[in-house]
Amino acid sequence: MSGQGKTAAHGKHENHASHIVPVPVYLAVFATLIVLTWVTAYVSTVDLGPLNIYVALSIAVFKASLVVLFFMHVKYGTRLTKMIVGAGLFWLVLLLFLVMIDIWTRSWMGVPGR
Amino acid sequence: MDNETLMLEHEQDEHYGLQHHFENQEQQKDASTIGMWTFLLTEIMFFGGLFLAYFIYRQWYPAAFAAASNNTDLWLGAANTTVLICSSLTMAMGVHAAALGKRTMLVLFLVLTLMLGGIFLGVKAYEYHDKWVKHEIPGAHFECRDEKGAPCADEQHTQLFFSLYFGMTGLHASHMIIGFGILLVLIVQSWQGKFTSGWHTPIEMFGLYWHFVDIVWIFLFPLLYLIDRSGRGLH
Amino acid sequence: MIEAKYPVREKKNYLNAEHGLMSWLLTKDHKRIAILYLYAVTFFFVIGGLFAALIRLELATPAGDLLDSNTYNKVFTMHGVIMIFFFLIPSIPAILGNFLIPLMIGAKDLAFPRINLISWYIYMVGGLIGTFVVCTGGVDTGWTFYTPFSSSYSNGYVVLTALAAFINGFSSILTGLNFIVTVHRMRAPGLTWFRLPLFVWAHYATSAVMILGTPVIAVTLFLLMLERGLHIGFFDPAYGGDPVLFQHLFWFYSHPAVYIMILPSMGVISEVISTFSSKKPFGYTFIAFSSVAIAVFGFLVWGHHLFVSSQSAYAGMVFSVLSYIVAIPSAVKIFNWLATMYKGNIRLETPMLYAIGFMGLFTIGGLTGLFLAAMGMDVHLTDTYFVVAHFHYVMVGGAVTGYLAGLHFWWPKMTGRMYPQGWSKVSAIMVFTGFNLTFFPQFLLGYMGMPRRYHVYPPEFAVLNVLSSAGASLLGIGFLIPGIYFIWSLKYGKLAGANPWGATGLEWQTASPPPTENFAITPVVTHEAYDYSTVVHEEEVVHVG
Repeated sequence: MSGQGKTAAHGKHENHASHIVPVPVYLAVFATLIVLTWVTAYVSTVDLGPLNIYVALSIAVFKASLVVLFFMHVKYGTRLTKMIVGAGLFWLVLLLFLVMIDIWTRSWMGVPGR
Repeated sequence: MDNETLMLEHEQDEHYGLQHHFENQEQQKDASTIGMWTFLLTEIMFFGGLFLAYFIYRQWYPAAFAAASNNTDLWLGAANTTVLICSSLTMAMGVHAAALGKRTMLVLFLVLTLMLGGIFLGVKAYEYHDKWVKHEIPGAHFECRDEKGAPCADEQHTQLFFSLYFGMTGLHASHMIIGFGILLVLIVQSWQGKFTSGWHTPIEMFGLYWHFVDIVWIFLFPLLYLIDRSGRGLH
Repeated sequence: MIEAKYPVREKKNYLNAEHGLMSWLLTKDHKRIAILYLYAVTFFFVIGGLFAALIRLELATPAGDLLDSNTYNKVFTMHGVIMIFFFLIPSIPAILGNFLIPLMIGAKDLAFPRINLISWYIYMVGGLIGTFVVCTGGVDTGWTFYTPFSSSYSNGYVVLTALAAFINGFSSILTGLNFIVTVHRMRAPGLTWFRLPLFVWAHYATSAVMILGTPVIAVTLFLLMLERGLHIGFFDPAYGGDPVLFQHLFWFYSHPAVYIMILPSMGVISEVISTFSSKKPFGYTFIAFSSVAIAVFGFLVWGHHLFVSSQSAYAGMVFSVLSYIVAIPSAVKIFNWLATMYKGNIRLETPMLYAIGFMGLFTIGGLTGLFLAAMGMDVHLTDTYFVVAHFHYVMVGGAVTGYLAGLHFWWPKMTGRMYPQGWSKVSAIMVFTGFNLTFFPQFLLGYMGMPRRYHVYPPEFAVLNVLSSAGASLLGIGFLIPGIYFIWSLKYGKLAGANPWGATGLEWQTASPPPTENFAITPVVTHEAYDYSTVVHEEEVVHVG
């Protein structure tokens, strides 16, 4: 008896405990991360105007995704794990975005007398 | 009984490491993984508050932030980032070795991770010291000077940048130091043959933590070191 | 009932399984940890209550004759800090949640028993620091710690208080983490999500809020401590910071925190109303999802605390609309509970009295929240006693009433003893009456313009204040009496059987008190939740031998 209280559907999932990521995958991810780090550094010295921060952050997001999916095995993980990661990112965005709504719109409505 | 033999014996035992309130290893490992990810979720929100403060103040005081950011050493930062990414690789390889039941390789990779982490912290210590010497640590001794030695235009907001710099990298470094301590314990336990291919959950969970700390730095590096490096000048 | 002629050997349960202080302080049993929390949380409730008594004593007269203004500031601050961080937030989850969740899902323990114990120790450390602050002069910033007063000007123990709350936050986080993993992975065979008791759904939603919100207050307090300790500026304009940023970060947690306080209470009410109506909760799925909806939407409304803070009016409008939306799932629950009672077999036992009281008081509290959610009204009502009355209606009339309902409902399960029911019903009515007498006048006071956090007021407010203070005395007695009879019941109360109330749920299918391992055999669930046709209703059973 498995005694885990999960619905029958779970039994169809592969045994996540035994999934081993092949070393070449790790090395490929590693190489990508290193290259992208130095790309970020070099690109920052090039004047792209307001785009600089977006480029830097986009690369950072991509690098972080590689770490999450491969080094942290989320790509091979359960649906629940993916949901938890998604929830974390969503809530972070919520925090940033909703506060920025205040910051961005403060100047829209003038203060009486100014 | 030596460590090698002990480990082989544990390899045969499918209940090894299983706590009494769990039904089987898979349930336990699954629970641990979800638990660790939930904890990392809290860490995302914890650092998130700092990122929020950063974004707001960078938006409001771009010139001061750019000038202050240019005072950090870009290439040292990039090199340090590289070191940390290497430590992430060695940590992933350590988990890999544990999953294959290879004790010696596991210990080797954990030690490498420790050393690389140590290098990272050493470089940070050097950078902090450098800032102390240049009076860039916020507080009573803070002094903001431009290249010619004259007081800089926006001392208050430059200090704000450095407050965030130390707050964010300090919090990151303290997470690494905690990781250091745990890693030492895991190295000793690995050497003693505590982990088998059937049960090496602490190694995996620590791996998740270590990778997370790496991810935080992946964002800190561009945000703190790379503001307006092209010398364009922000207003 | 069997009269035992020979000394009854007590059946082995979690209370008598091991003896000695260390067996308690080093326990991994979730039930013992719940009892440890019960002691600690009750202690802080008493301290917080004493501060409340001082407030109402001072406010019984218009003049500031009992306390000077600085001391009064400290008194209401400590009342708020202790009641929120050390009482309300842990109360139901750490006591009832810890005790019941493994039982309700047919598990032997929570997923991480050692982390559970650590969470109690963390709570104790935070509590000790808080107690130290209370004894050495307190803090006067209000529990909201607004900057720059708290960061630069206050003369109180801001850093220590912030540290106490910061540390307590980790206790909360670990509890929530434990519950989430437990509910996902430790359910008994056959116990699908939609067969879970609503109490579990409520705690799952609460845990999500704990996990996502508490870290933000942690980092906020961390920054506050840095700012005050090292004079570096995040929130003080003198250092280039923004005080409104503090308020955003503070309320990002502190608003969802009120849902941490109310959701578990609502979970209790679902169980109590269903049991004492002998009816399956009406719209089970709606109630379950409404808990999740409250948890999610609760994160989107914090700006309604910043309407007058110089937050942008556009942002204020967004938050106002969202605040109206968040009321909807709560209303859904009230309607569903009423519908559950309709044509049910109502038994007015003590937990049910509290539950019915909850429905009325929470409705008033919730609706007055909508008054405040309208920006135009909030401009006039903010920082008046209207706000004080509103949040006491939801937090005391809601959360504490639910807590008391839960304690009275599960006391026989936790201790194997029944309390004297005449006294319990009397004190329930005292709590209800005393509470209304204390706080309803405060709506009127606030509407008439009496500001909060002031220890003096104009003489025209005197009558309402005297009524309020009189009510507080009654309320205090109403809280005191259960303290007495609960302790009394431990030795002299009637022995309780496994299911004295005729309730459904796995926790009622094991002995009272339960054995350490909860169930001799892991239960297998084959029927839907709240299936009253299968209930065995025991009045009392004396176990011999």
